[in-house]
Amino acid sequence: MTSPLAPTSALGAEPAFVVRLDAFSGPLDLLLHLLREEQIDIADIPIARIADQFLAAIHELGLNQAADYLEMAGRLLRLKAQMLLPRRDGEEGWEDPRHELVRRLLEYQLVREVAGWLERATERRADQFPRGYLPPLPELPPPPMTLDLLQLLNAVEKVIAEIPSPVLHRVVPRPLDTEGATLRLEAMLAEREEFTWLEALGPRPSIVDVLSTLLALLELAKRGLLRLVQSEAFASFIIRRETVPPVDSAPAALSTTDPVVLEPADDAARTAD
Amino acid sequence: MMPLAQLIEAALFAANRPITLEELQTLEPDSALADVRTALDELREHYDFDGHAVEVVELAGGYQILTRRAFAEAIERAQIAVRTPRLTAAGMETLAVIAYRQPVGRAEIEEIRGVSAGGVLRSLQERGMIEVVGRSEGMGRPLLYGTTPLLLELLGLRDLGELPRTEEFTVALHSHKPETADSGDAAASVPAES
Repeated sequence: MTSPLAPTSALGAEPAFVVRLDAFSGPLDLLLHLLREEQIDIADIPIARIADQFLAAIHELGLNQAADYLEMAGRLLRLKAQMLLPRRDGEEGWEDPRHELVRRLLEYQLVREVAGWLERATERRADQFPRGYLPPLPELPPPPMTLDLLQLLNAVEKVIAEIPSPVLHRVVPRPLDTEGATLRLEAMLAEREEFTWLEALGPRPSIVDVLSTLLALLELAKRGLLRLVQSEAFASFIIRRETVPPVDSAPAALSTTDPVVLEPADDAARTAD
Repeated sequence: MMPLAQLIEAALFAANRPITLEELQTLEPDSALADVRTALDELREHYDFDGHAVEVVELAGGYQILTRRAFAEAIERAQIAVRTPRLTAAGMETLAVIAYRQPVGRAEIEEIRGVSAGGVLRSLQERGMIEVVGRSEGMGRPLLYGTTPLLLELLGLRDLGELPRTEEFTVALHSHKPETADSGDAAASVPAES
C-alpha cells in the first residue's frame, strides 16, 4: 500500500514502456493497475487487450516472481480463448467466464483498502512512543578476590597438579643389522645347498631380525650368490645357493638375472670365492 | 491524585506493554474494578488538563502511557526513539486478510492475494503480529493463522472490534462485496493477553 501506483509509464500505448514489478505486490495488483490506467469498467473487461498488456508487462519481470505472474498470465490467456468461442446472443445458461476474475479483483481491491487502513492505523500509532525499551542489565563481573600469598601458591599448586602429564612417545632407532645377517646367511650358504626362509630367520626372530635377514637376502641375491624360489603365491620361499650364472629363469624366482648380466665382473668375483 | 491513581501511574510507567484492568487491580488487592477505572480516569484527566506530554492510551485490551503525537517528530528527529518500521505492501495485505478472515490458512491467503505467502507469513510470525491458532480439518490439516495482541498494540486498537466493517470501505471498482468474517466473532476468537 505504500506504493499502489506503478511508475507513471504509459502502459500499452508505447511498446517501450518500463514497468518496475517491485512496485506491484502481485499479479492482481498489476492487473488492477492496468485496468485503472485504461479506465476500464471492471464489469466489461476487454480480456484480449488486457491479457496482451499483462504479458508484455511480465516480460520485464525478474524471474524471482515469475511463477505467480505466469499463473495469472495463463488464466488470462484461457479467458481470452473462452471469450473467442462463438455464442448466440441471449443464450440461456451462458456464464461470463470473466465472472471469477472480476470476483477476485473486487476481493483483492477490498484487501488493498483494508491494508491501507491498517497502514494508516500503524502510522498513527507510531506517532506515540512508549517508554524506551531498557535492555536487561548485563551480569556484573565478580568482585576482585582478596587472598594472601600462601593461598595463591596453594592454588597454583593445585592447578599445576591437575595438568595431566603429557604422554610422550619416544622413537627409538633400532638399527638393522644387515651385515650380521649377511654373514650368517653366507655361513649357512657355505654349509648347505638350500634352506627355507624360516630356517634363515632362526629361532624367535624379532622384527629387526626379519627385516635385516630380508635385506641381506635381497642383497646377496642381487650379487648372484643365491636364488630365491617360491613355489606358489604366499608360500614360504626357498633359498638356494647359486654357484653358476642362472641359465633357466624360473617364473617363481624373486631375484632377477639382471644384476648378473649387468655386473659380470662382480658376479665372477663373488662366484670365485 | 488519590493513592490508587498514583499507584497505577507508577505501574504504567514501569511497564513496557499495555497493562490490563485486571492486572492493575492486583496492585491494590482491596480495590474493585470500578475503583481502578475511576483511578484511571483521574490519571487520564490529570495528564490531559495539567498539560502533560504523555497520555494514558487504551491499547490491545490494556492501558499504556504514551507520548503525545505532537512530540513525535522532534523525538524522532533527535533520534531519541525510533518509529516502528513500516511493513511492506505484501505484509500489510496479508495482515488485512488474516485480520478479517481469521482463523485462515495459507492457501486462502494466497488465493486472495494471487501470490505465494510463505515468506510473508514467516516474517509476520517472527515479528509476533500473527500466530498459529490451530489446524484446519481440511486436506493435509494446514495451519490456521490469527492475529496477536501485539498487532493490536501496533495498530493502536483496543480490540479487533475496532477494525472497520468491510462495508465501510468504498471499493473503487464497485460491485457486490465479498463476504468477510464478522469482526465481532473474530475478536472473540483471539486471546486477550499475549
